[in-house]
Amino acid sequence: MRSHVPAYELRAARDLPQALSMLSEGLRPIAGGTDVMVLFEAGKLAHKKWVSIREISELRSIDIMPEHVTLGALTTYTDIRRSAILAAEFPLMRAAAALTGGIATQNRGTIGGNIVNASPAADTPPALLVYDAEVELVSSRTSRWVEYRHFHQGYKTMDMAGDELLTRIRLPRRFSDWKHFYRKVGTRRAQAISKVCFAGLRSGDQTRVALGSVAPVPIFLENSDLSAIAPIDDVRSTARYRMQVAKNLMEEFLNVTA
Amino acid sequence: MRVKVNGVERSIDAPPMSRLLDVLREDLRLTGVKEGCGEGECGACSVLIDGELTNSCLVPLLQAEDASITTIEGVAQDGKLNAVQQAFLDHGGAQCGICTPGMILAAMALIQEHPDPTLEQIQEGLAGNLCRCTGYMRIFEAVVQAVRR
Repeated sequence: MRSHVPAYELRAARDLPQALSMLSEGLRPIAGGTDVMVLFEAGKLAHKKWVSIREISELRSIDIMPEHVTLGALTTYTDIRRSAILAAEFPLMRAAAALTGGIATQNRGTIGGNIVNASPAADTPPALLVYDAEVELVSSRTSRWVEYRHFHQGYKTMDMAGDELLTRIRLPRRFSDWKHFYRKVGTRRAQAISKVCFAGLRSGDQTRVALGSVAPVPIFLENSDLSAIAPIDDVRSTARYRMQVAKNLMEEFLNVTA
Repeated sequence: MRVKVNGVERSIDAPPMSRLLDVLREDLRLTGVKEGCGEGECGACSVLIDGELTNSCLVPLLQAEDASITTIEGVAQDGKLNAVQQAFLDHGGAQCGICTPGMILAAMALIQEHPDPTLEQIQEGLAGNLCRCTGYMRIFEAVVQAVRR
């Protein structure tokens, strides 16, 4: 059943301090709306008070520092696809962005929103995991950086308080010489949500592998060891199929990057 | 709330969480904007917001404030069809018509980005717009012909 529109409050934040102040009053953030509005239309958006952070321009940039490339949380998939530095040094970010939804979704959806929506089937998290990303969380009280691989704690639960906003994502510039591999397996090539999503980096004997869509959270594989995972059955696929696809992709990754 | 739709400033009295799709169809009677899936998968509700292809079902009205919106009704100029519209007409790019407004706007956004698109770029540019009638081949052909005009 559809939501009763007037029951929802939506305010615009002009800048970060104002947004943080509204979060501390119990409002929740909406950016591109590509996830929140789906729940809203389905009548499943339980929270009623929202703040639009979309116009906070300081959160939409890709900054190149000597040690890191930093993405503002409002960087869209289209911004990622158009970025020369990401294409050169973090090509899996570009690959993931290009495979997320259609053009309209890519124009609107944001990297920060994708992370905090915490879908286990999202396409960007495996890339963030292999690149050893960190995320910045800011509130009116404090700000801190968290290693992304420890950010997701369980299905849709994160190391983030209600008044915190994910503001930036930082990627260390130490993988550009590695070989990069990304595959998404879904029902069809365009638009479909993943059954298995695989990101891998390799430099000689060293490998870094992460998987999406196989567990309640995106998974970084310690020692690239697939036996450490227990894939899930859900509406999109079965555990058995996922495990077989993950094994096949691992084999392909090791062959292609050899 | 103020929005500019097809070049005309409009003032709209609706809750800020209203979907832009509903405001366009019901408040402004721009019924060329179609509702398909209502969850950003099918592209039937595509509009251009400040030139960017957008699913209007996923945009709360507040986020369209002061934006410039183009719907299919604003594409023809002075009674003359846009090259993409004419090509869809000439090459059978439309059958039942539900996907057509969004498909044409997606094709226009594609041509803006890639003035001479490859078939792969056309396929990717229209991948978010589903058509259940044509099998897509005539749509791709229409886009190719629109570019050649």
